[in-house]
Amino acid sequence: MSTSMAPAPPIDEPNPENTPQGATAANLDVAGASRSERVMGLLAQIPLLIWAIMVIFPFLWMIMTSLKTNQEILFSPWSFPDVLQWENFSNAWNEARIGRYVLNSVIVISMSLTGTLLVSAMAAYVISRFQFPGNRFIFYLFMAGLMFPVFLGLVPLYFLMDDLGIKDTYHGLALVYIAYSLPFTIFFLVGFFKTLPGEVAEASTVDGAGPYRTFFQIMLPMAKPGLIAMGIFNFLGHWNQYLLPLVLMQNDDMRMLSQGLGMLAIQQGYQNDYGALFAAMTITMVPTLIVYVIFQRRLESGLTAGALKG
Amino acid sequence: MNHHKYRLVIPFLLPALILYGVFVLFPYGRAIYISLTSWRGVSANMPFVGMDNYTRLLNETRFMEALSRNGQLLIVLPIVTIGIALTFAALFTQGGAGIRGSGFYRVVFFFPQVISAVIVGMLFTYVYNPTYGLLNAFLDLIGLDSLTRAWLGNASTVLWAIAAVAIWSSVGFYMVIFMASMQSIPTSFYEAAVLDGATRWRQFRDITLPLMWETIRTALIYIAIAALDFFTLVQVMTGGGSSASARKAEVAAIYMYNEAFGQSRWGSASAVGVILLILTLLLSVIVMRATRRETYEF
Repeated sequence: MSTSMAPAPPIDEPNPENTPQGATAANLDVAGASRSERVMGLLAQIPLLIWAIMVIFPFLWMIMTSLKTNQEILFSPWSFPDVLQWENFSNAWNEARIGRYVLNSVIVISMSLTGTLLVSAMAAYVISRFQFPGNRFIFYLFMAGLMFPVFLGLVPLYFLMDDLGIKDTYHGLALVYIAYSLPFTIFFLVGFFKTLPGEVAEASTVDGAGPYRTFFQIMLPMAKPGLIAMGIFNFLGHWNQYLLPLVLMQNDDMRMLSQGLGMLAIQQGYQNDYGALFAAMTITMVPTLIVYVIFQRRLESGLTAGALKG
Repeated sequence: MNHHKYRLVIPFLLPALILYGVFVLFPYGRAIYISLTSWRGVSANMPFVGMDNYTRLLNETRFMEALSRNGQLLIVLPIVTIGIALTFAALFTQGGAGIRGSGFYRVVFFFPQVISAVIVGMLFTYVYNPTYGLLNAFLDLIGLDSLTRAWLGNASTVLWAIAAVAIWSSVGFYMVIFMASMQSIPTSFYEAAVLDGATRWRQFRDITLPLMWETIRTALIYIAIAALDFFTLVQVMTGGGSSASARKAEVAAIYMYNEAFGQSRWGSASAVGVILLILTLLLSVIVMRATRRETYEF
């Protein structure tokens, strides 16, 4: 089955031809109005440009600062570094233990991401395509999870993990990440599976393929666009997760990247090496930046899909 | 055929149900029970104290002050965030002959939303730094040096300095949602309005706003929940500690975190969690009711 058979994800991609209604409306206007339209377009640039600078500038400043000496950071915050201090990055990686935290995050996320997609896809598949008693109930049970504040479950979760002996373990945290990611991922994939044509699955059943083979060899490949969207969405969610590891990974060797970075900031113990601190922030940001730049369109629609349907 | 079906349905649902039940539903349920005890975590026995934790919390100035800060955020965050996001979305979709560089702006504005709140919080801790921070340096540069201050060290500005960062990072997200919603409104509505001589502002007020009302409601609920769960930025930017200025930014979730993992008062901490849950549900119902309008099908 080629992926080209897969339908578009159930996302309201804005139709580019339909984009500026104002513009279409303006075409109806008399010719004289189009000049004031242009002036308005120019005026609109001002607030947009200011906001764009407000967003970009702090990040550029962060990257620039990560290459400066302490002296330069403290006494000339605006200027470029005289000599690029690449050792800030090695200090962050080794002494501030960012390297260890990156490794921890990669291990946990490789487990949690695979688990989230597989477990959610299986559940979403049967919820969306099979009739059985309790079907609606199970769906709404998962949806209820979207409403609960994370804080409520924190205390019992901490003790539960302790009792199960999986506090401060990679697989323990991965299981919790999966569990917390299920509501939104199932919600999204149920919508997705509903849009897939049913005939293909039926045909394969008639051909004698078992239900498992139908799922893994036919339905999953067809659901690839939806799985990719949720893969990116959950990658960012797990990569940036702060609260859960803060509570569940208290052993210094086991810290996740965002958490380890936050600890550096809170403990103030690292205040004497600002360069390394900014380098650590830059290292943490880079993977997100790459994922964002590559998948920007898909990600935007994945992140906003819930809100638009909600 | 039927037993065939269940051979698939049950094993496919079980992993999700077990994980969700064990790590999400069970802790939530148990939190409600723990909130009725005075458990300190050391012994297995949990002395049942009924509503004591709740009455103590509701009579404690420090907690009520923390909660009132969530209340202030609850008013300011939605108004400012939605106001800016709507303005930008309108500039893109309504403004003149198309805005130059709209693709670029969109990518840039959305970016802070995907960055870890920890990085954003740390970055702005340095932007706000009184001696070498960017904000004071900028104010100096444009001659407003009278405004410079220790933004996070000052009891009257700390909460709003943090709230500004929350707004800064989420405007792009809501802008994109609003743009998608605006773009789904049929062009013919605007064409008809233009023929009737409606001004741009009237088009926005009488066509755009009513037709995207559902999306604005959803945004309101999202931001309201975010205002109640406000935590990471405060924790990172103030250390969540008990210095005078940090206390002025203490919100309910920070209070709860300290009760639990600082003081080991698990019962009281869980009660804060339950109060947050009740407030979340209550607020969603209130927003849904207060903003109920005729919905337009198109």
